[in-house]
Amino acid sequence: MENVIELRGINKIYGSAVKTQVLYDISISFGKGSFSSIIGQSGSGKSTLLNIMGTLDTPTTGEVLINGVSTTKLNANKLASLRNQSIGFVFQFHYLLPEFTALENVLMPHRIEAGSVSKEVRERAREYMKLVGLEKVMDNKATEMSGGQQQRTAIARALLNNPPIILADEPTGNLDSASTENIYELLRDINGKMGTTFVIITHDRRIAEKADRIVEITDGRINLDLYKN
Amino acid sequence: MKLSFGIAARFLRSNLTQTILIILGIGIGVSVQIFIGSLIQGLQKSLVETTVGNSSQITVTSDSETGSMKDYKDLMNRIQAADIRIIHISPVLDNPAIIGGQDETQSVLVRGFDLSKADTLYRISENIKSGRLPRQKGEVLLGTAIAEQFGYREGDTIQLVTPTKETVSCTISGFFDLKVAQINKTWCIASLETAQAMFQTGDTVSAIEMQVGIDRVFIADEAAANISSKLGTGYRVDNWKAQNVQLLSGLQGQSISSLMIQICVMVSVVLGISSTLAITVMQKSRQIGILKAMGIRNSKASLIFLMQGLILGVFGALAGVGFGIGLSAAFVNFAVRADGTPVVALFIDQNFILLSGIIAVLACLAASLIPARRSARLNPIDIIRNN
Repeated sequence: MENVIELRGINKIYGSAVKTQVLYDISISFGKGSFSSIIGQSGSGKSTLLNIMGTLDTPTTGEVLINGVSTTKLNANKLASLRNQSIGFVFQFHYLLPEFTALENVLMPHRIEAGSVSKEVRERAREYMKLVGLEKVMDNKATEMSGGQQQRTAIARALLNNPPIILADEPTGNLDSASTENIYELLRDINGKMGTTFVIITHDRRIAEKADRIVEITDGRINLDLYKN
Repeated sequence: MKLSFGIAARFLRSNLTQTILIILGIGIGVSVQIFIGSLIQGLQKSLVETTVGNSSQITVTSDSETGSMKDYKDLMNRIQAADIRIIHISPVLDNPAIIGGQDETQSVLVRGFDLSKADTLYRISENIKSGRLPRQKGEVLLGTAIAEQFGYREGDTIQLVTPTKETVSCTISGFFDLKVAQINKTWCIASLETAQAMFQTGDTVSAIEMQVGIDRVFIADEAAANISSKLGTGYRVDNWKAQNVQLLSGLQGQSISSLMIQICVMVSVVLGISSTLAITVMQKSRQIGILKAMGIRNSKASLIFLMQGLILGVFGALAGVGFGIGLSAAFVNFAVRADGTPVVALFIDQNFILLSGIIAVLACLAASLIPARRSARLNPIDIIRNN
């Protein structure tokens, strides 16, 4: 299977005076259309790994390849464009723009790329919002929605540009189990229909087990890499 | 551009109170600038106008001992050909004389004018309090101060004693008030013909007086130098600027201090906006981080803050122009003398107001440069990691 994400010898050290190494020589790759989960204790380095994968953070040493292209030498604008086109993020704390409505938040990745929004794209955004069950709160400000609604808005936003990769950090971290179940169903559904590659951090073993692959990170190293068939 | 503008506008709208306060701050700064500028310009304009508006701005006299000029008609043509900026030109024959009766006398300056020409220069007819301009030979027009002093009336016959001790009778055709006490007290205006006959000078004049127009008064020295060089030797060319050095340095000092005040006001506005915008970058750093994670370019992220500066600048300038004109109108209407005329006539110059507005917008853009840079440098991972 073709690799969409490939990490080669990633080390990450924080701090200059007092050095703290969070990742130790991690090499891992994710195939196209795969649905993987990353689990691990809090502080194990899994979020750092995901941020490095998403080019938000840079490794101290090592190389990240997205669609076979090394990101080491890309300049800030090319990285920004790569993130916009190829990667959708769903963060634990949603990170919606509070000044904008849910629909506007969902449209933001497209506006960043194209500047304006066509009717088709707006329609697509509405479709995604329906898909995540938000048709009734589309025009609410981000601050006027529940945590679960905000999280689903963030998912619809990650989907909008149809990126080949979606990286999610505890996307259901603060949702009840029914909503959690729904969202995973939704993500799996998208994975199946569009062949989007998913890498999801979760602390919930039941959820992790729904993935095709489970990677466990312990103290900055890959402790377990399990494929389900 | 559109994206950055849209986000900037939304950021400003989402914190409307803060936005309005910033706009008011800029507006007040701009209004003070406009008000002070208009006040000083008005003050200077009226000063210059009263000083040289209705008098000779350039005076050509003969270098010869007698000072009389025979060829004045030809000379006037040459002067006008020498500098096309000369608009009013008039010959004058000046001679002293003694006026009064047995008890009280006073010396006056008999000014023999080509009255139709001198009228455009001195606006005599506009300032006649009673009577009219001299029409016939032997008629003179006196200042109101002389009339009061000697109790003269229109139509009275007076005696003038020339330097050669000859007594000449004249009829008073009327009285003028040229708003300068010294002139009202000493000038005795007559036609050139009358003056020439009175002093037996023949067809000569003692000076040629001219103006370059009130909106060009400050080029009088340049025009004078030009005329002087074209006329050659034998003539002296004076201009009001050389004769009013103190007034000019006063005006210049005033201009500089006004400019200093305007610059200080603008600098404080810039510092104010700059620090406020710097705080908004902090306030919005989370949003900038999110936008960057979604792939907004650094340039567009900084453009958001430049756009904020632009929006604040435009609205601030508009508010400032409004306040400034309001303030000026209030000043003109409330700071008045007993007769209802304003203490200082403000000079509302559209170009100056436009310039003030543009400077305010540019200043706001400049003020947003630092926040824009900070925004460009902001690393999304710092936001994501620290939540």
